[in-house]
Amino acid sequence: MNLKLNNRFKSIAGLLLLVSLFFAMPSMAAQSDSTVVDTTVAVVTTAAVDSSAVVSDTAASATIADAATTVTTDTAKVEEVSTIDPQVYKNFFYYVLLFLVICTVIAVIGKIHSVYVLTRKMNGKYNVLSNNNWQAILLLVFLVVFLAGVYYSYAVWGAWAWSEAATEHGKDIDTMFIITLIITTAVLILTHIVLLVFTYIYRAKAKSQAYYYPHNDAIERIWTIVPAIVLTVLVLFGFFTWRSITNVPEELQKSAIQIEVMGEQFAWHVRYPGVDGVLGKRNYKLTTPTNPNGIDFSDKYSWDDLQGEFIVIPVNKSVRFHIISKDIIHSFYIPDFRVQINAVPGMTNYFQFTPTITTEEMRDRLNDPNFDFIMLCNKICGSGHWNMGKKVVVVTEAEYLEWLTTQNKYFTEDLQKEFATKDKVEAPKTASLN
Amino acid sequence: MSSTVISHDASHHDAHGHHHETFLSKYVFSMDHKMIAKQFLITGIIMAVFAMLLSLLFRIQLAWPDTDFPILEVFLGKWAEGGRIKPEFFLSLVTIHGTMMVFFVLTAGLSGTFSNLLIPYQIGARDMASPMMNMLSYWFFFVACVIMIASFFIESGPASAGWTIYPPLSAVPTAISGSGLGMTLWLISMTLFIASQVMGGVNYISTILNMRTKGMDLWKMPLTIWAFFLTAIVGLLSFPVLVSAVVLLIFDRSAGTSFYLSDLVIQGQILPNEGGSPILFQHLFWFLGHPEVYIVVMPALGLTSEVIATNSRKPIFGYHAMVYSLVGITVLSFIVWGHHMFVTGMNPFLGGVFMITTLIIAVPSAVKSFNYIATLWRGNIRFTPAMMFAIGMVSFFISGGVTGLFLGNAALDINLHDTYFVVAHFHLVMGSASIFGMLCGVYHWYPKMFGRMMNDKLGYFHFWLTFIGAYLVFFPMHFMGVDGVPRRYYAFTAFPFMEKWVSVNILVTWAAIVAGLGQIAFLINFFGSIFYGKKATQNPWGSNTLEWTTPVEHIHGNWPGEIPTVYRWPYDYSKPGHDADFILQTTPFSETMSSNFIHDFEGNEEAVRIQEQWNKENNRVVEG
Repeated sequence: MNLKLNNRFKSIAGLLLLVSLFFAMPSMAAQSDSTVVDTTVAVVTTAAVDSSAVVSDTAASATIADAATTVTTDTAKVEEVSTIDPQVYKNFFYYVLLFLVICTVIAVIGKIHSVYVLTRKMNGKYNVLSNNNWQAILLLVFLVVFLAGVYYSYAVWGAWAWSEAATEHGKDIDTMFIITLIITTAVLILTHIVLLVFTYIYRAKAKSQAYYYPHNDAIERIWTIVPAIVLTVLVLFGFFTWRSITNVPEELQKSAIQIEVMGEQFAWHVRYPGVDGVLGKRNYKLTTPTNPNGIDFSDKYSWDDLQGEFIVIPVNKSVRFHIISKDIIHSFYIPDFRVQINAVPGMTNYFQFTPTITTEEMRDRLNDPNFDFIMLCNKICGSGHWNMGKKVVVVTEAEYLEWLTTQNKYFTEDLQKEFATKDKVEAPKTASLN
Repeated sequence: MSSTVISHDASHHDAHGHHHETFLSKYVFSMDHKMIAKQFLITGIIMAVFAMLLSLLFRIQLAWPDTDFPILEVFLGKWAEGGRIKPEFFLSLVTIHGTMMVFFVLTAGLSGTFSNLLIPYQIGARDMASPMMNMLSYWFFFVACVIMIASFFIESGPASAGWTIYPPLSAVPTAISGSGLGMTLWLISMTLFIASQVMGGVNYISTILNMRTKGMDLWKMPLTIWAFFLTAIVGLLSFPVLVSAVVLLIFDRSAGTSFYLSDLVIQGQILPNEGGSPILFQHLFWFLGHPEVYIVVMPALGLTSEVIATNSRKPIFGYHAMVYSLVGITVLSFIVWGHHMFVTGMNPFLGGVFMITTLIIAVPSAVKSFNYIATLWRGNIRFTPAMMFAIGMVSFFISGGVTGLFLGNAALDINLHDTYFVVAHFHLVMGSASIFGMLCGVYHWYPKMFGRMMNDKLGYFHFWLTFIGAYLVFFPMHFMGVDGVPRRYYAFTAFPFMEKWVSVNILVTWAAIVAGLGQIAFLINFFGSIFYGKKATQNPWGSNTLEWTTPVEHIHGNWPGEIPTVYRWPYDYSKPGHDADFILQTTPFSETMSSNFIHDFEGNEEAVRIQEQWNKENNRVVEG
């Protein structure tokens, strides 16, 4: 080790170690206690009491009465302020000590190595480049481990992660994903092989000199043009796929089933258009406790709108989702469908797609009777962001129509009464803002 | 020109010997670029450690979502009642981790440190164009850091709307508690930080353009300087846009305006704001936000170029191509921001256009990677710790860069947007690659900064722990993202399909903890070597650039006598015919007659004639 540890530094380090040892001692004892005896709550508490007694003993060499009072005040304080078990601190110091021990071991190994190097030097056998060779070899070893790791992760985690798309456009996305994956994996592996093999082959050697090679325009042109061509292909492929997903012809937009999904902290509300097939207007200013979605009931189209318990959609039918938000930005994300669009307050976003696999079929394929498609919130939206989901069920059309009949209307009887009693003039004349 | 401007200063310096420097003017309110660089670096390191600790906290939560860690309550109090981090605080952790890492560590800590250190040194200037502004730049940054950390000590907690602070979440305190005072502090801190960056940027640009020493034309500048120069331009043009975004957000929060807000019903309360658009903020934010990632990575590329060339003992391959690809990245970085917004409801056609520009930017990046590898080819590579980090940087730049082809593709982004795939991508290409570039710079220029050497063995130890750790942390995240696990999720327990990833999270968290503890090796090495390191020699790595011609002991004005003149480009390593494997930029061609090429003289016929005559006299045959 080239780091010259002078005496002051050593003594400080030693002192630190001693201090931490002192703190960690009782905890070590408690640790072994708890491992030897069954770790029941009783044991832990007795250990805690024991150690607190030990602490008070060492802290003050006082009379028994004094000790008793300190113990009681201590416990009182603990009850008042917080309920953190003293064991917690001890475990913490135990880990700190463990870390220091590891550091010491590493330092000792380092010292041993320096002694070894020094003796080699004294015997005149020291190779100046030995460390350089070592690092080159380690990089080569890393290459092998890296490639094995890439293989393992593709084989195991890749299998966990990959599931086929359950929508029409999802299949196009998947094809493109696979093509991109093949290209990028090839690039990743080849460049890493070249990078880490070059570092090994061209590691410094005693009498070698580097080859003065500042540029080669031909090669540089090749590796500018080849990526450019590959990227052009990917761009074109991606661009047309993207347009086909997002640029739906007007008549298909109208013929699709319309469903509105509204995000709020931290729930999703699903609205079906009812028999008329048209979603009623909404105006956020109409939001009341009884009409939490702000649906504008002066619009007749809203009268038959249904509240969906889940998102239920028929298979092989084009569905157009109207995504809105009541409060802040959320994101409507169904991974299995390759569907995502943000829910932004003040504007409506649309995503139209056609599911191709029913939930039942998917359960059979995955051999998992509990499987469900899930729609997740995918834009940070607050403390409940992480569990803000909604079940998505794909069914046959017959099942879909039957399910619709079981759903409640938004325009409940209470609301109808409220609406009827309301003076018509007061009702807002403006249309919705979405 | 530079010499005339500074000559007064230089003679002044010679006449008086030493200025009367107090502790305050030397170490605190210093106007010396070398001291300011150290201030930036040490502040950056402190912020990095702080941000890393935050990341370890949320990694612990992600790995063991159902376990109590009572010790956390000791440190975090009500944010981790019962030893479990609260969801709001989890979001604060990821928010502040991101903000600190991106802005304070990888922007100020990286380009602040090395621009300040290397620009005057490598172009041959006595100091920055405006030392006063340089000092202010640091102190604005410092105050920004203090304010950001202070937000942890307020009742409602630090900002927690993500580092991208999208309104309305960041604008409405009732939506999340972190959007109260914590967000205000975030915005103030960021405004100060941008002021600091603008002052720094103006300084870097004017210094590089005006204060190069004699002979240092643009095409003789090291790639580091090119990188800092272009980075400063990007920063200067894009950071002010973030100010406008931030100021409008402050208005929305405090003055009741509706730039970003409309149609809001928060917690049952109908807000009066009308007519604004949250998408506007996203455009303004990403107009900075995307160039920002190049602000972060370009200095790292510059430092790496220098270190790889020096330690391969070879000229950097394709110097001009390297510069042009940096220029290409600079220009393109301004027209790709929309790829962060493919699924936000931006016009889908616009998304398609942004996708095209985004994928084009992969070309200059690919050229850079290939040129690095070509530089290694037939080199004589010395694996100093700096070189190890440079190789690691290239590895991360590639492995993180290729996943950009997925995310830049609008159609694929539908399914990958805001998932762990994104987290994996940018942590590799911008996080790890830039941190490695920064560490490579620290190890390489430490002797220049502190006049002492760092310990090699600890350096290698640090490298291997960090390199393997970073891959173990970020590589598995790709697969979670492909499976559709969203980022910023507090726990993976709410949905059955995510539960399988908890086991991977445990691996990731252990890797993060071990790599995090590995940074202690760096800290010991860094701070220990300031006092106990081996004394450095003037040019310990056998480099060509100007900074290694300055004395080891720092002096005011950098060079004791006149500023050296530059005669050649900075990459004359292993030039055939020369006895040493490097030729300093200050060595005139007349001293290296045995190794000159005809094209070195750039068409100077007199010089060519003299060289040809010498060749004939000495029977030297020149190939090519």
